[in-house]
Amino acid sequence: MIASSARRQTGAGQMTAVVLFLPPAILLFTLFVVLPIVEAAWYGNYSWNGFGTPTNWVGFDNYRYVFEARAFGLALRNNVLIIVVSLLIQLPLALTLALMLAEKFRGAVALRMLFFLPYVLAEVATGLIFSFVYDGDYGLLASIYRVFGAEAPHLLASTQTSMLAILIVVVWKYFGFHMMLFIAALQGQDRNLIEAARIDGASRWQALRYVSIPLLYPTIRLSIFFAVVGSLQLFDLVMPLTRGGPADSSQTMVSFLYSHGVTRMRIGYGSAIGVILFVICATFAITYKRWFMRDE
Amino acid sequence: MNALNRSLLAGVALAFSAGTSLAQTTVKWLHLEVNPAQIKIWEEVAREFEAKNPGTKVEMQFLENESYKAKLPTLLQSNDRPHIIYSWAGGVLKAQVEAGVLQDISSQIGDVRDTISPAALAAFTVNGKTYGLPHAQSQTGFLYNKELMAKGSVDGSTIKTWEDLLGAVRKLKAAGVTPITVGGGDKWPLHFYWTNLAVRIGGKAAFEAALQGKDGGFEGETFQKAGEYMKQLVDLQPFQNGFLGFKNPQSTGFFGDGKAAMSLVISTVYHQQKALAADKVGITDDKLGWFDFPTVPGGKGAASDTLGGINGWLLTRGAPKTALDFVKHFVSKDVQMRLAGANFLIPVVKGADAGINNAFMRNIAQNLARSGYHQNFYDQDLGPSVGRVVNDATAELAGGSMTPRQVAKAVQDAWKQGN
Repeated sequence: MIASSARRQTGAGQMTAVVLFLPPAILLFTLFVVLPIVEAAWYGNYSWNGFGTPTNWVGFDNYRYVFEARAFGLALRNNVLIIVVSLLIQLPLALTLALMLAEKFRGAVALRMLFFLPYVLAEVATGLIFSFVYDGDYGLLASIYRVFGAEAPHLLASTQTSMLAILIVVVWKYFGFHMMLFIAALQGQDRNLIEAARIDGASRWQALRYVSIPLLYPTIRLSIFFAVVGSLQLFDLVMPLTRGGPADSSQTMVSFLYSHGVTRMRIGYGSAIGVILFVICATFAITYKRWFMRDE
Repeated sequence: MNALNRSLLAGVALAFSAGTSLAQTTVKWLHLEVNPAQIKIWEEVAREFEAKNPGTKVEMQFLENESYKAKLPTLLQSNDRPHIIYSWAGGVLKAQVEAGVLQDISSQIGDVRDTISPAALAAFTVNGKTYGLPHAQSQTGFLYNKELMAKGSVDGSTIKTWEDLLGAVRKLKAAGVTPITVGGGDKWPLHFYWTNLAVRIGGKAAFEAALQGKDGGFEGETFQKAGEYMKQLVDLQPFQNGFLGFKNPQSTGFFGDGKAAMSLVISTVYHQQKALAADKVGITDDKLGWFDFPTVPGGKGAASDTLGGINGWLLTRGAPKTALDFVKHFVSKDVQMRLAGANFLIPVVKGADAGINNAFMRNIAQNLARSGYHQNFYDQDLGPSVGRVVNDATAELAGGSMTPRQVAKAVQDAWKQGN
C-alpha cells in the first residue's frame, strides 16, 4: 500500500513512510543510545558508587584522576598498539590471503572457511583457549618449548610480553573477517577489466597493482574503519587472558573502564572514562567518514 | 446471557480465590557458592525450610563472584531485587547501608542474638543497627606440603617468625623445590602478605589510627614496614614461575598437585585444593600442614591476631519476614553443625564447632576463638575502591614495579580520594 502510493506521489508517500517508520527507530535509538551517553556525561561529574542518586558533584575531578592514572596511559598506548598492528600486520595479511583465495581452485573454499573460523568463535572462548595455549606449565606453547629442551616463558605473566600475547590472538582472530570482506569485493569485481588490462599487455602484477587493488579501495577503507573501531573497543578477549594485568600492562580502554570503574563501584569515574572513549571513537568515526569515505 | 455472565464471573472468582489460597511467599536468595557439594547441603536446608513452612518457596539465584560484585548495585535498586544477599561485611556493606537498600533487622533478632559470636555479629552492624546475620568465618595462614618441606629439610611446624619463613624459602629453593604458590593474577592473594604483615607489625591500633588518618594514615610506618618485609620475601623469588599470570583456582590446583611447598591461603582452601587438584585427591590430611602467619621482630600485634573473612547474609529492603526466618534457620545450630561437619565452614554459632570432625578445621576454629583481633580482608573492609588499590599495589610490589613506599602512598592516596 505505502510502497505503491509512494510510487504515485513521491512527496506525500515519503512523508507517510517517515511518519510511520521513523518514530520507533528514533525512540529506541534515544532510549538505548543517546540517553545513556547523556547520562554517562552527567555521572562523570560526580563521585558516585552506583547507589541511589548521585549527589556529590566533583566537576572535572574524575577526568583529572583518569588522566593522572598510569593505567590510563598504558591503556591508551595499548589501544594505539592494537590499531597499529591491525593496520600493519592484520590487514596486509588478510589482503594477501584474499588475493590468493579469491581464485577458483581446489580447496579454496575449505581454506577460506578455515581462516574464517576463528572469527566465528566467541571472544571469551577464544581468550580461554589461548590462556591454556600460553600456560607456561601445561600449555601447548610449553610442550613445544619442551620438545626443544627449553623452559617456556609465561607470556601472560610478564609485563613485557602480556600485550604481545594478546596482539597475537587479536591478529589470529580477526584477519579472517577482513579476508572475507576482501574476497567478497574481489569476486564482485568485473573480470573484464582485468582481462582488458592483460590484453593491453599488463603483467599479472601490474593488473593486480593498477586495476584490482584500486578497485578494492572502498573495501580497504571500510576494513580500516572496522579494524580501528574494533581495536578501540577490545575487551572480551583481554579479560579471560590477563584481566588487563600484570600491573595494568595489558589494559585496554574498555578493560580499564571495567576494572577501575565498574568493579570498584566508582561509577562517576567509570563514566568519565566512558565519555573519553566515546569522544575518541566519535571523533575518529566522523573525521574518517568525512575524509576517507565521503564517496560511499 | 445473564446466566452466562454469572457463571463467567463465578469462574473468574473461583480462579481468583484459588490463586490467592495457593499464593506463595517466594524467598529470593542470591549466592555465589560454586562448590556443588556445599550447594547440595544448602538446597537440602532450603527444602526443609519449605516443608516446615507451607506456602513458602526458597528460590536460589546464583552469580559468579566477580559479576556478583559488579551487578549488585544495579540489582539492589531494582524492584525485583533478591531478598537475601551474600556479604563480606566491611566497606561494601557500609555503602549499601548508606544507600538505604538494606533492611534493619535489629529489633527482630532477639531470639538469635545470643547464639551468635558477638564479634561476627558486630561485623554486620553499622551505627548500632544490624542488617544481616553472619554464617561463617575464616583465617588466612600457610598451608604446607609436608613431603616437599622435608625435601628442603624444613619442618613447617617450627616456622614462627618472619626470619623462619625466609630461611625456609632459602632452603627449599636450594633443594630445587618451588617454595610458595600464589594466584598473583587475581591480585588479592598477594595482598594477604602485606595485610598480614601490617596486622603483625602494628596490630589493631595501627589499623584504626590509619582509618582516622593518624600517624600518616596508610602511608605511615606500619604500612611502609609491611611493604619492606614483603619485599624481603619477594627478593628471594619464592613464588612459582609465572605467578603473576596464575588465577587463584589455578594456584590452588598447583598446590593440590604437589608442585609447591607452601601457600598463604584462606582456611577453606583446605578442601578446595582437593577439588582443584588434577587427580581430585590433592594433598591428603597426613601430608598437609598449617602454620599461622609468622610474627615480626618488635611487632605490636599479638601472635594470636588473625586476618580472615567474616561472611553472612544480608536482608534487602522490603524483604518478607519469611526471608529473615530462613536466614535464622540457616544460622541455626543444627544447620551450622551440618555445614561444619562437612568442613565447609568455621561456624559462628556458639557450640556449633562441636560439629567439626577433623583436626585441621578444629585448629582453625580454636585460632579464631582465641583471636583478640580478627581483621577482615582489607579489600572488603576498606570498600571496593580502596580495596582494589591495595590489591593492585601489593601485586606490583610482588612484581617488582613498585617500592614499599609507593605501595603505602598509593593506598593512602586512594583512601583520601575515596573519602
